[in-house]
Amino acid sequence: MSYTAFQALVRRDLRLFFLDKRAVTMSFVAPIAIASFFGYIFGGVTQDSPPSKIKVAIVNQDDNEISRKVVAVLAGDAALDVTPRALAEARELVRGGKITVAAVIPSRFAERAGKSLFRSGDKPEIQLLYDPSHATEVQVVRGVLMQHVMEVVSRETLGGPGSQRLVDDAMRDLDKSGMKPADQAALRRMLQGVGEWNQRQNANPQGQANSGFSMPYTVGQEAVTARRGVKYNSMAHSFAGMCVQFILFMGIDAGMVVLNQRRTGLWKRLQAAPLSRYTMIGSRAASAAIVAMVIMLTVFSFARLVFGVRIEGSFAGFLGVCVAFAIMTAMFGLLVAVLGKTPEATRGIAILVTLILVMLGGSWVPAFIFPQWLQNVSFAVPTRWAVDGLDAMVWRGSGFNAAVGPIGALLAFAAGFGAIAVWRFRWETEA
Amino acid sequence: MGGAWASAGQRPFAVAPQCRGAAAPYGRDAISFRNATAPVRVYSGDMLEVKGLHKRYGYLVAVEEVSFVARPGEMVGLLGPNGAGKTTTVSMIAGLLAPDRGEVRIEGGVVRGETDPVKMRLGLVPQEVALHDELSARENLALFGAIYNMRGAALANAMEAAFDVAGLTDRAKDRVGTFSGGMKRRLNLAAAMLHGPRILLLDEPTVGVDPQSRNQIFSSLEELKRQGKTLVYTTHYMEEAERLCDRIIIIDHGKVIANDTLAAVRRLVPSVNVIEIGVENPGRDGWLSGLRVLEGVSAAEWDGSTLRVTVRDLLESSPRVLVWLRERDYACTYLTSQRADLETVFLTLTGRSVRNA
Repeated sequence: MSYTAFQALVRRDLRLFFLDKRAVTMSFVAPIAIASFFGYIFGGVTQDSPPSKIKVAIVNQDDNEISRKVVAVLAGDAALDVTPRALAEARELVRGGKITVAAVIPSRFAERAGKSLFRSGDKPEIQLLYDPSHATEVQVVRGVLMQHVMEVVSRETLGGPGSQRLVDDAMRDLDKSGMKPADQAALRRMLQGVGEWNQRQNANPQGQANSGFSMPYTVGQEAVTARRGVKYNSMAHSFAGMCVQFILFMGIDAGMVVLNQRRTGLWKRLQAAPLSRYTMIGSRAASAAIVAMVIMLTVFSFARLVFGVRIEGSFAGFLGVCVAFAIMTAMFGLLVAVLGKTPEATRGIAILVTLILVMLGGSWVPAFIFPQWLQNVSFAVPTRWAVDGLDAMVWRGSGFNAAVGPIGALLAFAAGFGAIAVWRFRWETEA
Repeated sequence: MGGAWASAGQRPFAVAPQCRGAAAPYGRDAISFRNATAPVRVYSGDMLEVKGLHKRYGYLVAVEEVSFVARPGEMVGLLGPNGAGKTTTVSMIAGLLAPDRGEVRIEGGVVRGETDPVKMRLGLVPQEVALHDELSARENLALFGAIYNMRGAALANAMEAAFDVAGLTDRAKDRVGTFSGGMKRRLNLAAAMLHGPRILLLDEPTVGVDPQSRNQIFSSLEELKRQGKTLVYTTHYMEEAERLCDRIIIIDHGKVIANDTLAAVRRLVPSVNVIEIGVENPGRDGWLSGLRVLEGVSAAEWDGSTLRVTVRDLLESSPRVLVWLRERDYACTYLTSQRADLETVFLTLTGRSVRNA
């Protein structure tokens, strides 16, 4: 192999890449911009910033003390952005996508809910009108609503100003209930106890706050990251994902260069010279790998400086994953050059394949949200190993051992792609 | 075959001193037009020997048993219409394509493998402008020198000489993308000469070139010939071949149909003359079929403005042609005649015009 020629060809490729404004923009600016955007919407730099609230309209058709308290408590919930609306207006807002969920509190809600605490029967129904494109958020609203309604209704029933009347009504209804006498007696004793409790609580207004049901537990949360005290930075995953995506795009361009060189006669010049085929395609692969490394290091340096993304795990492992992915990208580029006939026809197909690889690899959204079968399938694409490897080294804080698997898998893919490229490469130039 | 190197000879070509010696084993003949007093080395045999080249693509035979030789200081023209097999032949000589049969010998040696140093003796000027538009002319030449293992002072001197030949010294730092078509063609040629090849393969090097650049390229090629380089020149411009080539090889449908010196090829149709007639109101398709069967007429071609009629005897056949036109009310605007040129030779040998083939 002629090292003078090899070096010259690599230098040529690097120079052409950095002279190409479109390529530089796509390789450096685009991943940084899109990763920043994705990182921001998925939580930003830390979890301290409040999450966006779910827009909820409340239609209160009861207009009772208790239902007004329910509305007030819901309005105070950190997860919800509550506004009172009329039914027709709320329905229209949900249909138009302006509001995610509308909760309709029916008339006689407080009265029926209070009685239903002690026995089944005439339970009031809170109707949820929701935007079907936000089905997940409906579940959140449902849970929040259940918690607050239970707390308010039980507190009002067991200790509020109207509670004695509710207890009296309930005891009166007992006579008509058709229950067994023994059961009636037991329930009556409980209601009398509740009445007595209400009188004691009413005598001590401060105690009212403690009456009623409340959640029997509290929840403590800890995001398990590289180590205690290190907050999760969602920028880390999005930068890894976008890095992988746009470096693969660069790999396609590297393949396109070979196809364009065939078209412009430059490939003929190389073939006419005493160069081995390995010098010709090896230099192409080497330059693509170098560009890939430069892109990765630049993009992660930006993430470090601007968003504080740190390599919390093994730095050697991080570099290892980067190098393996760069080599894999170079071989992917050669594969594109081999399988493509013309630059125009090849680009579209190559971009489609890349987008599928990127999607399956978890570059856009983490792979764990995929169905299990798809998660299993995703291990068959190199991007999954690249994203997992980078995640492990960057924010999970894993050691070098965790990088060995991804590095090995990426190099295996590179070897496979490279073997196919050498096997199928059209060494002859058609006249 | 059987050639040998001599210390001086009848076909001298200059050797750039900066490229001689062990440091640049394949660059000893790097081009230097300004070094006319440099030492001279001569190879007395056939510089290039092509024997029975054959190439087939599926059912299509692109090149069939093509053979010829080219000597130092000789320019061989491969003539033929598009698709005749000229580029395929050149591609096989340059090692871009493997022939199905036949062989190519360069100074008596067969090229063995991609990295065979024998390839250093070849320079290829592709039909396309094979340059990087994004790079400067200097960067382009530096790259093409480096792929022939040239570097340092040898490369710098060869580049300087190449720019001089191409008339682009003052544009060396400019991006090739800013060059005119003619300037690009000249640089395309300079890039192939940079490493001092003894054989230059030129595949239609003047396509799309303005007259000024064309003349400059011709001058460069004539200078290379004087220096003892062997040139193989493919074209479908007959007038170029007539001006430049010592030996003419006419190829049609992949076969060699004539292979001799220009004078000898002309003698293949010794009594042929051509009458050119301007016709104002030509007929529809097939209007010349009656003319072609007139006694003494070998061929008749209409190129859209001029009728070219090939006749064996000018005095006897011309009146017959004019009468034929007048009887059919074709209006003639002018009449000229000329001796057989290569276009006529091709027309006579194949029955078709080289441009319409």
